[in-house]
Amino acid sequence: MSEGASLMSSVVSPPVPEQAGGARAREAVPGGLNDAQLLDIYRSMYTIRRFEVTMERAHLAGDLYGPFHSSMGQEAIPVGVCAVLSAKDVVTSTHRGHGHAIAKGADLGRICAELWGRATGYCGGKGGSMHIVSTDHGFIGQSPIIGGSGLLATGAALSFDLRAESLVAVAFLGDGAVGQGVFHETLNLAAIWRLPVVFVVENNGYAHSFRADQMQLNPDIASRADGYGIPGVVVDGIDVFSVYTVTRTAVERARAGDGPTLIEAKCYRWRGHNLGDAEHLYRERDEVEQARRNDPLDRFRQATSGRLQPSALADIEAAVDAEIEEAARFAAESPPPDPQAALEGSF
Amino acid sequence: MREITFIEAVREAQAEALISDDRVFIIGQEIGSYGGVFRATQDFVRRFGDHRVRDMPIAEQSMLGAGVGAAVMGMRPIVEVMFMDFVACGMDAIVNHAAKMCYMSGGQLTAPMVIRTQGGSGTHHGSQHSQTLESWFLHVPGLAVVVPSTPRDVKGLFKTSMDLDHPVLFLEHRALYRTKGGVSDPVAPIPLGRGVVRRRGEDVTVAAVGKSVHQALAAAGRMEEEGVSVEVIDLRTLVPMDVEIVLESLSRTHRLVVAHEAVERGGWAGELVSRVVAEGFDELDAPPLRAGSRPTPIPFARELEEAMISDERLIARRIRESLGLLEYSA
Repeated sequence: MSEGASLMSSVVSPPVPEQAGGARAREAVPGGLNDAQLLDIYRSMYTIRRFEVTMERAHLAGDLYGPFHSSMGQEAIPVGVCAVLSAKDVVTSTHRGHGHAIAKGADLGRICAELWGRATGYCGGKGGSMHIVSTDHGFIGQSPIIGGSGLLATGAALSFDLRAESLVAVAFLGDGAVGQGVFHETLNLAAIWRLPVVFVVENNGYAHSFRADQMQLNPDIASRADGYGIPGVVVDGIDVFSVYTVTRTAVERARAGDGPTLIEAKCYRWRGHNLGDAEHLYRERDEVEQARRNDPLDRFRQATSGRLQPSALADIEAAVDAEIEEAARFAAESPPPDPQAALEGSF
Repeated sequence: MREITFIEAVREAQAEALISDDRVFIIGQEIGSYGGVFRATQDFVRRFGDHRVRDMPIAEQSMLGAGVGAAVMGMRPIVEVMFMDFVACGMDAIVNHAAKMCYMSGGQLTAPMVIRTQGGSGTHHGSQHSQTLESWFLHVPGLAVVVPSTPRDVKGLFKTSMDLDHPVLFLEHRALYRTKGGVSDPVAPIPLGRGVVRRRGEDVTVAAVGKSVHQALAAAGRMEEEGVSVEVIDLRTLVPMDVEIVLESLSRTHRLVVAHEAVERGGWAGELVSRVVAEGFDELDAPPLRAGSRPTPIPFARELEEAMISDERLIARRIRESLGLLEYSA
C-alpha cells in the first residue's frame, strides 16, 4: 500500500436518510465546545434559515429582483466549517452563498441591502445575491461560475504560503463543480504546493435538475481526493458537529503546512435550484418532504438537549427574528445607488 | 545608454519587479530551472528561489485563477502564459474573475496582476501557436492591454503595469525578442494610454502597436522613396487607448491607416477607426483603412502565411489606397 493509502477517504457519520425523522443515536458534541459556542452555532444556523425564509418571502412579494438561490436545509455546513475558522481566515463561495456570508460573520443589513440592490449593500448594488463580498470578514467572493470558488481560495492560500502566514482558505463548492475541469486543476495545484486550503463540496444531490448520480458513476466525491494524494472525507452535512469535527482536522492540517483536504458534505437542497425553478420536472414532492424531515436545526436541538435549555434557544430565535426584520427594513429603506457609480470601478 | 534585446528587457523588467517588491512572484510553465521557453526567467530560480518563481503544471485555468486569488489577497503576481493561444484555456479566470473583481465587489477587492504572454506569426508554429489575440481583451471592461514594441517600452510599461491596481495583459510579439534597442538606467515608467510618434510625416498617419509598428516604419521608408511622407504612431497600449494622439496627427495628415497583425475582422482597428470617425470626421480627407490579417487561421507554409498575414506590404498598399494611388481592395 502506498503512503497515500493512509489518507484514503474516510466517512464520518454518514447520512442515513432512511432513518430521517425516526429514532437516531444522539450526535456527540465535540469536545472543547462550551455552551456559549454551542449557542453561537445555533444562532448562526437559525439566522441562515430565517434569512432564507424572509428573503424568499420578500422576493415573492416583489421586493427583490434577480435570481435567488436558497441554501435552506444546508445550514449545518457553513456554520460547522466557519466555527473552526479565525476571523482572518478566508472563505469563497458559490451562487448559493447567503449562508456562507452569514456564517463568516458578515453584516445582515448590508447583505440584505446588496440583495435589494441598494447603495448601502456590501458592493453598492454592483454585486447582488451571487456576488457578496465582505473583506472585513474574510468573505472574499462568490463565484457563480461553477468551480471558480476553488480557484480563488487556492490563490488566497498561495498568498498565505508566500507570506508564511498561518491562515487558511476555505472554498465552498457544489456537487456540480466536480464536473468542471478546473476542479481537477485546482485540487492538483493545491496538493502539489501543499497549500493551506480546504475544499468543502456541499453535495446537495442536484446540480440544478441534474442528479449527482447522473453526473458521475462514483457515489462519493470525496474519494477523488485519492487521485491527488490528499485526504478526502465524506461527512453528514446535516449534522453540524460532524462537519465541525472534520473541518477542524482539515484546518489543523492546512495550518500545519500539510496541504489541502477535500470534504464532501452530503446534504439535500430543500428548495429548487432557484426561486421559481420548475422542480416538478425532475423530482417528486415526496422526496423533498422525506428529506426535510432530516432538519439540521432539529439535529442540533436533539444533540444538545441535555446541555442547552430550550428557553435559551427560543431567546436566540426571537432575537434573530428581530435582527432580520431590522436588516430587511434597513435594506428596503436604503437609497438606490447613484447611477453615476455604474461607470466607476472599471476601465 | 545600453543596447539590449527585447527579451533581455522582459527579463530585466521582471527581475527588477521581484527585487523591488516582496509581493511580486511569478507563476508559469517551464519558468523555473528551465528559465522559460524564451528565456524570460533565465536564472531566476537561483536568484529569487523557487518559492517566488513557481513552475506550474500545464493547467492554465488554475494558473491564472491562483494568480487572481493571490492578487485579491494583496500579492502582485506575474503570470506567464507560454503562448498567447493558451490564454483561451484560462480565459474564465481573466474575463469572469480578474477583470470584474474590483467592480463587482464595489471596490473592496482588486486583482493587480500582470499576465505576460507572447504570440504572432513568422516562426511557422501553425494555427494554434501563432495567433495575435489582443482584440479579445479590449471587449472586456476591467483589463488593461499593453503591447510594447521596443526594449525601452517593455521596461517602462512593465513598471507601470506592475503598479496598476487592475489586471494587465502584457502582450509580446516573439518576432521582436531578438530586436535591440537602447535603454537608460533606470528606465522611467511610461504611463498607460500614452502613444508616441515614431516617425514624423505629412501625408498619411499609420497607427500600430508591437511588431506592426516596425512594419509600419519599414513601409514608411519604402513610401518615402516614392515621395510619400508617412507619420507612424505607436499606441503602446490599447486599453487605455490614446485616441488624442491619433486625432492630433490627423489634423495634419488627414488620412489614417490602422495596422495590426490580428485578424482584421473584429479587430481593435475597428474601434480606433470608429472613434476617429466620430470625433474627427471633419479632419478626414479619405476613409480610414485597416491593415489587418485575412480571416483565416495562421497556416504553416511560408507561402500560405504570406498570403493572409498583415505585413509591411499590406500596410504600404493601404497607404497608397488612402492616397488614391490604388483602388481599395479588401
